Amino acid sequence: MMHWLIAPVVLPALLAPFIVLAARYHIVIQRSFSVAGVVALIAIALGLTTQVFDGSIILYQLGDWAAPFGIVLVGDRLSIFMVLLTAVLALFVLLYAIGSGWDNRGAHFHALFQFQLMGIMGAFLTGDLFNLFVFFEVLLIASYGLMIHAGGDARLRAGVQYVLFNLIGSTLFLFALGSIYAETGTLNMADLANRVALIGANDTVGIRVAAVLLILVFAIKAAIVPLHFWLPSSYAEAPAPVAALFAIMTKVGAYSIIRVYTMIFPPDLEITAGLHGVWLLPAALLSVALGMAGVLVAKRLDRLVAFSVIGSMGMVMVAISLFTPEGIAAALYYIVHSTLAAAALFLIADLVRSGRANLDLTPQPPIAGSALTAAFFFAGAIAVAGLPPLSGFLGKLLVLDAAFGADQVVWVWAVVLGSSLISIVGFSRAGSILFWKAQSVEHNAETSPPPATLSYVAVGGLLALLVAHTIFAGQVHSYTTKMAAQLFSPQPYIATVLDTSGKLSSPQEGY
Amino acid sequence: MELLVASAIGILTAGGLYLVLRLRTFPVILGVSLLTYAVNVFLFASGRLTVGAPPILQDGVTTYADPVPQALVLTAIVISFGMTAVVVMISLGAFLGSDDDHVDDQSDETTGTPS
Repeated sequence: MMHWLIAPVVLPALLAPFIVLAARYHIVIQRSFSVAGVVALIAIALGLTTQVFDGSIILYQLGDWAAPFGIVLVGDRLSIFMVLLTAVLALFVLLYAIGSGWDNRGAHFHALFQFQLMGIMGAFLTGDLFNLFVFFEVLLIASYGLMIHAGGDARLRAGVQYVLFNLIGSTLFLFALGSIYAETGTLNMADLANRVALIGANDTVGIRVAAVLLILVFAIKAAIVPLHFWLPSSYAEAPAPVAALFAIMTKVGAYSIIRVYTMIFPPDLEITAGLHGVWLLPAALLSVALGMAGVLVAKRLDRLVAFSVIGSMGMVMVAISLFTPEGIAAALYYIVHSTLAAAALFLIADLVRSGRANLDLTPQPPIAGSALTAAFFFAGAIAVAGLPPLSGFLGKLLVLDAAFGADQVVWVWAVVLGSSLISIVGFSRAGSILFWKAQSVEHNAETSPPPATLSYVAVGGLLALLVAHTIFAGQVHSYTTKMAAQLFSPQPYIATVLDTSGKLSSPQEGY
Repeated sequence: MELLVASAIGILTAGGLYLVLRLRTFPVILGVSLLTYAVNVFLFASGRLTVGAPPILQDGVTTYADPVPQALVLTAIVISFGMTAVVVMISLGAFLGSDDDHVDDQSDETTGTPS
């Protein structure tokens, strides 16, 4: 059995205690090990991608126990793709944290960062719902530490809100898992897919409640309106590199919805008809509208970016909630774009922050290195608002195209296009106040030193990835189309998980 | 027994929700703890309620207790215990720092005045 599939979970899990125990007082050693670990993660993810590229499915049975009795990790096109995206994002975020010195403003940044990566990777790879809960908790508890990294009253208060909201979300997750187990007697995703299909039409109360509870949990993670209230404060108050890493956390929710609601509760399943298939799309459209309206009315740059995250998550969810292969393919293309663009904008907001008293959208003296920062902000804003030539435009086009055949096409087109216009106004207002009106303010010659070169390299790298995502859009989209096709024919996945024998099914003589 | 367990879960959940909606850190943390108690009992009951039944195969026994929910509950207890400790520390830090134990954001006009 190949052991590479568990490497993305084990590597950060070993690296983090090593950083805490052995390199506690040596920031240079911490930094080198952290970066080396993330680079190794990218290499592992690339290696795994070559294995699943042709559509094969890798299975890893922990302790060699066969599913559904043991816990399994499953790598298919989608999960490995998300692992790769996480690893790439983590590298640039880490470089920025090192360049800007954020990692040295409090204790244990690198250890928590690695634990966070462990949780995210595990959530993408696991094939078991309860194990998904455990990895959610791993990534959440690391994120609590990262969220209040470097301290401060405002950050602690936002941290309390964030932790409490997620605690209640976790409790809801447990209620959902309890009702699913009570109804089906299993928590393995592949096994669930088989057993849910067997439930009779007269016996659906429990499983319908479970399906709704579960989508509520994932909607909290994905910050879909009206469950988005935790996001603006916590993302705005979190340290910039942490907020940039959190850009992938909302995608964990989106990933879980895609996984569970294409395999366990597929759209053509009769017993859950009329639930998420009906209600998810209006909620997603509301998220788009509210997020982009928030961009327009935000009084601070970091809140503006946080609301743009809600808006772009809404866009992802609009594409997902069509529950067609084209919709999922468009959503996966947009997920990559939205993760990279949101992370870049959070880091750019921190570049602005480093030269100003605060992030209020009021004219203040120009910041050091303002030309380059302004150029980066311009590019990032174009990407998030979905203007040509960057990938946001192509992503939006794919979403609109996927919605073309749907019943609610008028609503989707109206909300998506209207809110795009609003977000363009919001971003251009913010940009002109921050960078143009600054020139008209009285300022004395002494300014704070410009941000480190490494910070610019990290942000530039993210934007370069966005450009690459635009140039190779054809290749990426054909790959996401293949992913969606794999998701909508889950039989090979289920067969691989359930029919692979572990040590349970081959008892030896003498037992 | 079903009625007893079900109403216990219901009362714990109702009390927990009420306390969570109080919007001050101390009641909210108590409320979250009550909710986690409720969910622990709920998970335990998801394997069906049996008294004195063995969890492992034995000769001549027809009723078994499901061992899986017990393992799930153990995990849930450990995690919720750790999380409660974390949230107590963070909210204590926030309260000592800003001398205010509201969980929700106060609007700019009312900051500093008790509501």
